[in-house]
This record gives sequence, structure tokens and C-alpha cells, in this order.
Amino acid sequence: MKAIFTIVAILFFPFAALAVDPGEILKDPNLEKRARSISKGLRCVVCQNQSIDDSDAQLARDLRILVRNRIVAGDSDTAVIDYVVSRYGDFVLLKPPIKGVTLVLWFGPIFFTLAGLIGLILFFRRQRIDSKALVQMDNEEINN
Amino acid sequence: MNSRWPYYTPLIILGILAFYFAAGLGQNPAKVKSVLINKKVPEFLLPPIEGSLKGFSNSDLKNQVVLVNIFGSWCVSCRIEHPFLMQLKEKKSIPIYGIDWREPDSTAGPKWLEKFGNPYTLIGDDPNSLGAIAFGVTGAPETFIVDKNGIIRFKHLGPITKDNWDETFKPILEDLRKK
Repeated sequence: MKAIFTIVAILFFPFAALAVDPGEILKDPNLEKRARSISKGLRCVVCQNQSIDDSDAQLARDLRILVRNRIVAGDSDTAVIDYVVSRYGDFVLLKPPIKGVTLVLWFGPIFFTLAGLIGLILFFRRQRIDSKALVQMDNEEINN
Repeated sequence: MNSRWPYYTPLIILGILAFYFAAGLGQNPAKVKSVLINKKVPEFLLPPIEGSLKGFSNSDLKNQVVLVNIFGSWCVSCRIEHPFLMQLKEKKSIPIYGIDWREPDSTAGPKWLEKFGNPYTLIGDDPNSLGAIAFGVTGAPETFIVDKNGIIRFKHLGPITKDNWDETFKPILEDLRKK
């Protein structure tokens, strides 16, 4: 039993395939941590639904190295991200920034949910009023 | 009947959304409009390829309308495009600057050019994608039109052919040369 449990547990263990080569990793763990978090937010432009941190594509690898080089050169996180965005556009950000053209994207779902809820509430309210009115009418009919 | 319209609104909204989403499905996500259009050529400095003396940097791009072409000997579409670039060179249509992107080794690019001809005025070797990233390149071949002031005016994805040359490149180039 214990053996089966162990096997099943191992099967569920996420063997995350790490795209980052050991050779790419920076010696300073703090800088490496920053590089990882920046890389996780940047889209691999070759395989568009992966971040450059996840992607094995060569361009993603070169971008990871570029991110690390700029961090080592003393760039702030935003400066590194701005550099990449200035070449590839907002598209390269996996999380699109909140600005004029993305307002619908960010707040559309909340708007539609609220609108739907309000619609439902109004609908049931009216139904209750209608049925009350109907009961009243029925009673009046009986009384007559 | 008039009081019924609120019941149809969700359906109407759904219809409108479905229309836009369906239209979006047909779009090619690889064709993202470059943010570099109408911007100055980003700074880059690439070393020469083997056997050549001069590399290629952003300071080479001034006072003339030119093409910047990203290619590699590994790239099949570049091979398809290549004869047309050679034609442009023979006709002296326009100077073409090359970024030799991600060659497997330093001799692959020069060998390829020796075999098929070299249409480029200058070539920069770009083994680490620094040039490609500067231009926001996602794949090869890609071609940029740079004007006399070093401003990027147009980006083309994929091989240049006679058709898209006559259709898109020519009018843009004529327009830029007039200025």
C-alpha cells in the first residue's frame, strides 16, 4: 500500500522542465531572482503563449541572457522591461498594462458580470411582483 | 412587445461579442504591428562576419533609403528570398544591409553567401540575437525600410517576392525618395 502511494505521489510530483540553462544563471542569487521574475512576465515571441522563462526557443534564451546582462549592468527592473517593450511592444508583456486601449480587456468582464447580476435581480423582482399581483387578482376574482 | 426587449439584450450582446471574437480568430497573431515604425533605428553594433572587415551598426544607416534584412543560412525562407535580393543588387535598386542571425558557426553565413551570392552592402554577425532583438525581430527573414533620417518606415515579415515588392515596397520607397 505504502509503495503504491509513493509511486502515485511521485507521478503527481511536478517535474517542471526548466528552460533556463545552468550556464545562464547569475551568481548573485538576488539578481537571478529579479531576472527570473522579469523573464516570467515577458512573452516568448516565437511560441507566443509561453514566457521566455519557460521557453526553449533560442530567441527566448537570447532574451533571457539580455535581461540578465542588463540587470548586471545596473538597470532597474522597469528599465529592463521598458527596453524589451520598446522593441516588441506591449504584446511582449504577458500581463497587458492598464491603459486606454486595454480598459475593455481589464474591466469588461467585471462590467458584464455586474450587468448580468443586476439584470437577474431586476428579473426576479419583477416576477415576484407579477406573481403577487396575480395572486391578488385571483383573490379578488374569488371574492367577486 | 416593447417590454420584452430587456430579455433579448444578453442575446444581442452575446451576438456582438461572438462577431468580434470570430473576426479575431481569423487574425494571425504573428503579425503584430511593429512598435518601431516611425521610430529611429535602435542602437546596435554588430561585428563583421568571418572573412569580412566591416561590421554593421546603426550609424551606417543615414543619408539614404535602405533595406535592412534579417537572414540566416539555416533559414529556408531566406533561401527562397535570396535570388530576389540578388536581382535588386544587380539592378542597383536599393542598398541592402544584412543581419546574419544565429548562425550555427562562424563559417556557415560566409559559405552560404559565397554559394548563392552576396546582395549586402554591409553585414553584421548576430550570434546572440542582439541585432535581432534591437529590431524586435520574431523570425527570419524580416525586412525593414529605413529612410534618409534613419527612421524605420516599414517592416515586412517573410520573404520579399516580386509581387509584394511591386505592391508594397515600391510605392513606399518612391514616396520616401521624394522627400
